[in-house]
Amino acid sequence: MDRISQIYNDEKLLKRLHDDPGLTIEDALENEMVINMGPQHPATHGVLRLVLRLDGETVMGIVPELGYLHRGYEKMAENMSYIEFIPHTDRLDYLATMCNNVAYVLAVEKLAGIEAPKRAQYIRMIVSELSRIASHLVAIGTFAMDVGAVTMVMWTFREREKIQNIFDRLAGARFTTSYTRIGGVAADMDDEAIAMARKFLEEIEPAMVEMDKLMLGNRIFIDRLEGIGILSKEDAIDLGITGPNLRSSGVEYDVRRAKPYLFYNEVDFNIPVYTEGDCLARYHQRGDELRESAKILKQLLDKIPNGEVMANDPKKVLPHKTEIYSKMEELIHDFMIINFGINPPVGDTYFSVENPKGELGFYFVSNGTGNPWKLKIHSPSFCNLQAIPKLCKGAMVSDVVAIIGSLDPVMGEADK
Amino acid sequence: MGLEAILQKDGYVTTTIDAIVSWARKSSVWPMPMGISCCAIEMISAADPKYDIARFGSEVMRFTPRQCDLMIVAGTVTYKMAQVVRRIYDQMPEPKWVIAMGACTSSGGMYRSYSVVQGIDQFLPVDVYTAGCPPRPENLLNALMTLQEKIGKTKARDFQNRPLVDLELAQN
Amino acid sequence: MDVKALIVEKVKEKFGSSLEEVSDFRDDLCLTIKRDQIVPLGNFLKNDPDLQFSMCKDVTAIDWATRKNRFTVVYHIHSFKLNFTLRIKANITDESNSIESVTSLWKSADWYERETYDMYGIKFVNHPDLRRMYMPEGFEHYPLRKDFPLLGIPGSLPFPKKAE
Ligand code: SF4
Repeated sequence: MDRISQIYNDEKLLKRLHDDPGLTIEDALENEMVINMGPQHPATHGVLRLVLRLDGETVMGIVPELGYLHRGYEKMAENMSYIEFIPHTDRLDYLATMCNNVAYVLAVEKLAGIEAPKRAQYIRMIVSELSRIASHLVAIGTFAMDVGAVTMVMWTFREREKIQNIFDRLAGARFTTSYTRIGGVAADMDDEAIAMARKFLEEIEPAMVEMDKLMLGNRIFIDRLEGIGILSKEDAIDLGITGPNLRSSGVEYDVRRAKPYLFYNEVDFNIPVYTEGDCLARYHQRGDELRESAKILKQLLDKIPNGEVMANDPKKVLPHKTEIYSKMEELIHDFMIINFGINPPVGDTYFSVENPKGELGFYFVSNGTGNPWKLKIHSPSFCNLQAIPKLCKGAMVSDVVAIIGSLDPVMGEADK
Repeated sequence: MGLEAILQKDGYVTTTIDAIVSWARKSSVWPMPMGISCCAIEMISAADPKYDIARFGSEVMRFTPRQCDLMIVAGTVTYKMAQVVRRIYDQMPEPKWVIAMGACTSSGGMYRSYSVVQGIDQFLPVDVYTAGCPPRPENLLNALMTLQEKIGKTKARDFQNRPLVDLELAQN
Repeated sequence: MDVKALIVEKVKEKFGSSLEEVSDFRDDLCLTIKRDQIVPLGNFLKNDPDLQFSMCKDVTAIDWATRKNRFTVVYHIHSFKLNFTLRIKANITDESNSIESVTSLWKSADWYERETYDMYGIKFVNHPDLRRMYMPEGFEHYPLRKDFPLLGIPGSLPFPKKAE
């Protein structure tokens, strides 16, 4: 209203309006426009599409549209056995593949009542923390790139490459690892891999200091993030936000602490929490979590026990390949598990873990056969994206980019 | 560099227009990174310091189709996305090439489901297929070199008088 | 007092007659409630000072295929106070495939319900914006129903012509 009365006082403008009868105040200045951003846009982190309604530079409303990467995971899961689905979990959150692998097998193990040996559990923790570091590195790098600092993405990818090498050694693939198995992990972690992880941990510390110097010493970077996209504690809970985004809004909730799975109750770590809830807090949050993960990793590498990496449960856990080729019984078990599945009891379970993006949950409904009757994936990126309309309302267009970057969604997981 | 040494001695080189045009064409392929899902990460990795796609003259990733010669389709193309991919392809100026990166784009890959297009060659002319899920960055570079070989065989006069695609018509 | 016993007792006291089943499989507590009581139950669980289930984590449905009224809607809600995730189920007992929306209680249910609508065709009454989440507008089928084939129905999704 203010602006309109201002305009009515502007004599030059009034004269122009008077001279040109076709020009009305509505279409000359009251122009809200609708623009489309994505699904192919460098700043939307994949194939997210946003439709923005703008008044000048200000965002009046924003509607996210998903589904450009909807691959039908839940339908496919109903048509394949529990083991067959493991490779598909890699492609959910493809920046933290190991975390998904671990989450999925833990969920199946809960349903089927299997427990993996301690060494396997430790290896799972190690790989998921490595994965968390890799994911947060990408998050920080692409976030910085979104707000204009392209150097950062080069640096973080350089560090991430080292983690990829460790995974390459462990699982034979750079990031589509499919490393875990129901009842254990596919291959043992040898000394070489442990040495690589140790070396990486030594190198990440100074690298993080360097990166922080680059970013946080930069006035422009801070100015673009401070006070932008503030998410209050109440809204965060109401909108179902999870993970670092929730914690940076002041809710101290981390599944690793709240409901410890694996052996997270045996390691010592802090849960960083910020109360500001703005983009800068979300940036700091990820950096801090990365350091905490490095701290956890150090303890794990020291503590890792010796022993088996697959549980001994022939009806449900795949035997080792060398035994399949030499022993009759193992061959039969392998055949039965691969062809008819592990047949967990009738019932339904929900299991969730703390992924780098937030809480990843798997809800299984089993009817006693080899295929799940239903699998529902509760993906953190999906619920985090729900905050976009709330955060972007009233922001500037260039802030929208920063806000999406700070939420760090991955569309593979949000669209399922 | 070899060329300068020769030039210092003789002062000039002779070549054909075709050779020099195709050489220029193949050594500065500007990709349009159509990063849809997981493969996109490996595509970015190919540009990072370790693999360095700049060695092949293709580091200029443009996010607008109007400035590109090559579309790298990296990721699962769903039916909903297919319309978008096609529209972006139509906006690219001639001459243009397509690399199908990964199992998904080549054949649907591991997704035999209701929403995934079983291979982008159903609606795009693909020049190079890249195997792998995801293809390693080396493999993408290999695809790029294969494509450069293919581009190297083009003549200067090729791609002339190609009519512009009518965008609206092409959609349906 | 044990958290589960507390929840069950509180809910029984208030909703005794409409509580159909209480199950506890692998340490997951699940309450099955009559369909028309879902919003009052949610309201109670959210606002009771001892329970405070303030976050809705997930809404989905199960298609039982062979049962007469084939859908069950499943909710997962979380309480930070109790540090507990509770599952609520509601069977849809008639042909209308509809249930009251819980968006008035938890905003996060908005997208979850849209997703469930998209995948199963369950209508959420009083939902502010019930449209498809993943599949394109105009798609007529519901992919996660058991009678929908895995490979889809040819021609049901628009597809561009081949470029030369
Ligand atoms: S080929 Fe594999 S890595 Fe590439 S997009 Fe498809 S699933 Fe992802």
